[in-house]
Amino acid sequence: MGDDLIDGVTEPKHTETTGETRAAYRRDPEVDPVPAPGTGALGARQEGEPVTKHLVVVGGGMVAHRLVEALRDRDPAGTWRVTVYAEEPRAPYDRVALTSYFSGRDPADLALGSPELWADPLVDLHRDTRVTAVDRAARTVTAHRNDTGHVTTDHYDALVLATGSSAAVPPIDGADLPGVFVYRTVDDVAALRGWVQQQAERWARPVRGAVVGGGLLGLEAAGALQALGAASTVIQYGPRLMPLQVDEGGGEALRRLINAKGVAVRLNTSTTRIRPGRDGNARRMDFADGGRLDVDVVVLATGVRPRDELARAADLPVGERGGVVVDEACRTADPHVWAVGEVACIDGACIGLVAPGYAMAEVVVDRLLGGAAVFPGADTATKLKLSGVDVASFGDAFAHTPGALELVHADPVAGLYTKLVLSDDAATLLGGVLVGDASAYASLRPMLGRRLEGDPGAYLLPEGAGAVGRPQTTLPDDAAVCSCNNVTAGTVRAAVTEHGCTDLAGVKACTRAGTSCGSCLPLVKKLMTTELERAGVTVSTALCEHVELSRAQLFDAVRVTGLRTFSEILAKHGRPGLDPAARGCDICKPVVASILGSLGVGHVLDGETATLQDTNDHVMANLQKDGSYSVVPRMPGGEVTPEGLIAVGEVARDFGLYTKITGGQRIDMFGARIEQLPHIWRRLVDAGFESGHAYGKSLRTVKSCVGSTWCRFGVQDSTALAVELELRYRGLRAPHKFKLGVSGCARECAEARAKDVGIIATDKGWNVYVGGNGGFTPRHAQLLAEDLDTATLIRTVDRFLMYYVRTADRLQRTAPWIEEVEGGLDGVRAVVLEDSLGIAADLDAAMAAHVEGYADEWAATLADPHKLARFASFVNAPTTPDPSLAYVAERGQVRPATPAERADAARPVLVAGTTLAVRR
Amino acid sequence: MTAATSRTWTAVCRLEDLVPERGAAALVEGEQVALFRLLDDRVLAVQQLDPFSGAYVLARGIVGSRGTAATVASPMYKQVFDLATGTCLDAVGRTPVDGHGADLRTWPVSVVDGTVLVGGPS
Ligand SMILES: Cc1cc2nc3c(=O)[nH]c(=O)nc-3n(C[C@H](O)[C@H](O)[C@H](O)COP(=O)(O)OP(=O)(O)OC[C@H]3O[C@@H](n4cnc5c(N)ncnc54)[C@H](O)[C@@H]3O)c2cc1C
Ligand code: SF4
Repeated sequence: MGDDLIDGVTEPKHTETTGETRAAYRRDPEVDPVPAPGTGALGARQEGEPVTKHLVVVGGGMVAHRLVEALRDRDPAGTWRVTVYAEEPRAPYDRVALTSYFSGRDPADLALGSPELWADPLVDLHRDTRVTAVDRAARTVTAHRNDTGHVTTDHYDALVLATGSSAAVPPIDGADLPGVFVYRTVDDVAALRGWVQQQAERWARPVRGAVVGGGLLGLEAAGALQALGAASTVIQYGPRLMPLQVDEGGGEALRRLINAKGVAVRLNTSTTRIRPGRDGNARRMDFADGGRLDVDVVVLATGVRPRDELARAADLPVGERGGVVVDEACRTADPHVWAVGEVACIDGACIGLVAPGYAMAEVVVDRLLGGAAVFPGADTATKLKLSGVDVASFGDAFAHTPGALELVHADPVAGLYTKLVLSDDAATLLGGVLVGDASAYASLRPMLGRRLEGDPGAYLLPEGAGAVGRPQTTLPDDAAVCSCNNVTAGTVRAAVTEHGCTDLAGVKACTRAGTSCGSCLPLVKKLMTTELERAGVTVSTALCEHVELSRAQLFDAVRVTGLRTFSEILAKHGRPGLDPAARGCDICKPVVASILGSLGVGHVLDGETATLQDTNDHVMANLQKDGSYSVVPRMPGGEVTPEGLIAVGEVARDFGLYTKITGGQRIDMFGARIEQLPHIWRRLVDAGFESGHAYGKSLRTVKSCVGSTWCRFGVQDSTALAVELELRYRGLRAPHKFKLGVSGCARECAEARAKDVGIIATDKGWNVYVGGNGGFTPRHAQLLAEDLDTATLIRTVDRFLMYYVRTADRLQRTAPWIEEVEGGLDGVRAVVLEDSLGIAADLDAAMAAHVEGYADEWAATLADPHKLARFASFVNAPTTPDPSLAYVAERGQVRPATPAERADAARPVLVAGTTLAVRR
Repeated sequence: MTAATSRTWTAVCRLEDLVPERGAAALVEGEQVALFRLLDDRVLAVQQLDPFSGAYVLARGIVGSRGTAATVASPMYKQVFDLATGTCLDAVGRTPVDGHGADLRTWPVSVVDGTVLVGGPS
């Protein structure tokens, strides 16, 4: 689906250029400033040493990016400058994540490399420029700019070919018709998307798609078609899907699972011809067995062909099936020319996966800098998730090793197929295939070639099945944990023991583990925790100097013990030796307030609870920089009646408030003074509004599009669902503010995937995504479940939110919570959908209690004179405005005066209250 | 407690007008003062002006303690101040706005027969 997480990458075995080596070479900007071009390493250069050498890289793909990054990292003296010629019109991007383009990701999100890398004076990137010839004798390349036609020649000291592959187009009649696409570049997928959308608008029925090729790429393309709302059929020449990765049993399980997701599969089918319709576009496919299929779009995913044309023209040896032949140092027959990535033919074959390419890039950099690294050989372990179907394959998946034993568990009903390949003594893990549930992959893959402790059969069962859990494995130090960045278990351990990292963020920054696809994070976290425990480093999870427990522990404690006041909680859970007079702080008090709020204990201003609230929660408005507040009435789902709008407008006008539409589809009114708040709210409540909780660490809004009620494309009523959800979760206190979004179809106009919970309508129901957010580190939400009916959807969101509310850290947003919580996203899915912890009923009950107990905080406040007394501006002058507030007019509204404007006596500022407010 | 005679005292409110552990602003001879009633009914007064934001908001901060010192945390950028001495205990990496020091001015307070009095300069 849109969220196909392709976290598959291969795992090169241990290499000389692992994370450790890398770290050792990493440039220290304090010590080794980057020299300016030309000046290079002049200062350090010895007599007779050559000037800065010139590396030319042909191709601006993933591997080229890694090579440039590694070179700049490991060559602080600047002995090399590098020029990259990239044929595509954009800087290197993450091709592996290409499919995420269909879930609305901007191509810019896929960009690889920090802007600083491309701005480095020693790095020169030429986009939209193709190298057309290599002159090995003169050591020059000829480059051709696509847009201007400008041609240049450039001299090199070393040349790296990183030209990747192109999509292979099979010799089928009609493969060149409009409506037939390949799937390799951003431009390819953009064209495909445009076509499908255009077809959808043209025909009043779902678009019919077909994918030729049932390998990894074909299945991904089928998922992408589905994400675009098209039906898709996968046409596979051979007898099973993903023939390179899975065996017959696995292929069959995969077929069944993919089928269940609505993708049709035709095996043993060869396409003879694609026929045009009357409009000249691809319209029908004919098969060798006489069958045919009506189509509106066809994607060819039959394989790739290495782009070795430059090497051929330059008389460099190429492999039998293409690819530039290189040795273990990635060097071609010409000592000045290297080849890396998919175009390199190493050990007799080209490898179509990115991790081996990265390893090659590191090898070449090491060699350029005088090292002796060799390519460690590639293992083609793969893990991916297609439309929510887990597939993993690693090591000797087909049991080619003599005497190898295969241990298989197949459960056709549940759609599971698991196979381990073991050595003849059933002790050493040689490989495996996991279909349907690949949760064991993270712990199995690093054990490849090692003895498995305990009963290997335990790995075959789905996690949590049976009484015995999976055996606890101890990973050897040299086992690769993060295959994207080649980080070993030892490196992760060292991050804790030698570099003093105490949390996941620290370990990620220190080792780069988990910074690419993130699939190893649960394992990295486990290693880190074990190491911390072993080192006797008690990672203090204490909230603050007063409270011993973490937020999650405190939540459970309060929930179970029924303690309901801060004093009681502090007496029971205060840190040992705490001064008896200690009274908490601005950390533990709001946490307790939030927990009591989540548990539905009374009004925010009841009794002692009132003393725990941040000012925002205390006066139920948002503090602004000048000490005034902003006011936001709830407009569920962004819906508001004309009368409502008029009422809001009148309130804003009468109290002189600045108004602005928020990103959450409602109206914010700024410049309200504390003593005005009850008067403003009296008017709003009378007009039928209630608190919007814009001030709380709680649900903000459920953003939505108009959906099927108005929109031509909508397939479900997104607004009605948004209103229902907003009314359900309004007022729910959480560790951090959270937002929801609902879109009426895959076009995603509500930007739901930027929300903590994003819901996107499908033909069959709703897809739900979790963990999206804006803020400091924007994240796209990841797919949690597909095609749910409305009741199941609501139950799923109920549980997700309650699980988050109970277990997240203070101020932890959903995205980092999902990373940290036990089992990561898979763990969350298991808890929420399969009740793996047996707490679902409890979560459901908690949410039911919240919904039942909801009452509007503002209406309750207005009804209670004691509470209203809190809104005095001064205890001895309750209605006197803060004399420091001053405003000026701008674009027809007020804004706070700047210090300069206040100081400028010639230009009087409006003092709020005297001229603006209407008081009752 | 007896009020010292050498300074002027302004009656501001009744003790019961102040909510324990929640501040209240008061106008004392044209100046904005933040009053805090602690659990033991002591009342402390510091300036209402938050030196780190320039806004008059300190009475709206969360009251707590650091070690044995009673504190308030600014509701704006969370600096922590000792209520008895006005000392800024934690600047959380920020500097005060131009023309202000990090520490707060304090006022003597006395409660006589349930009336809260704030003392002027002696
Ligand atoms: C949809 C999709 C999903 C994938 N999923 C996975 C996955 O899950 N796991 C995995 O390991 N791999 C995956 N791959 C494969 C992975 O993307 C490639 O292995 C990787 O991109 C190879 O990197 P590269 O730098 O060798 O080639 P590329 O990334 O293809 O880059 C080569 C670049 O060189 C340019 N070029 C070619 N010739 C010239 C010339 N003469 N002058 C200038 N520029 C030139 C090309 O235009 C291209 O931009 C996937 C690929 C696709 C398309
Ligand atoms: S997301 Fe909503 S508004 Fe956008 S096209 Fe789909 S239904 Fe229409």
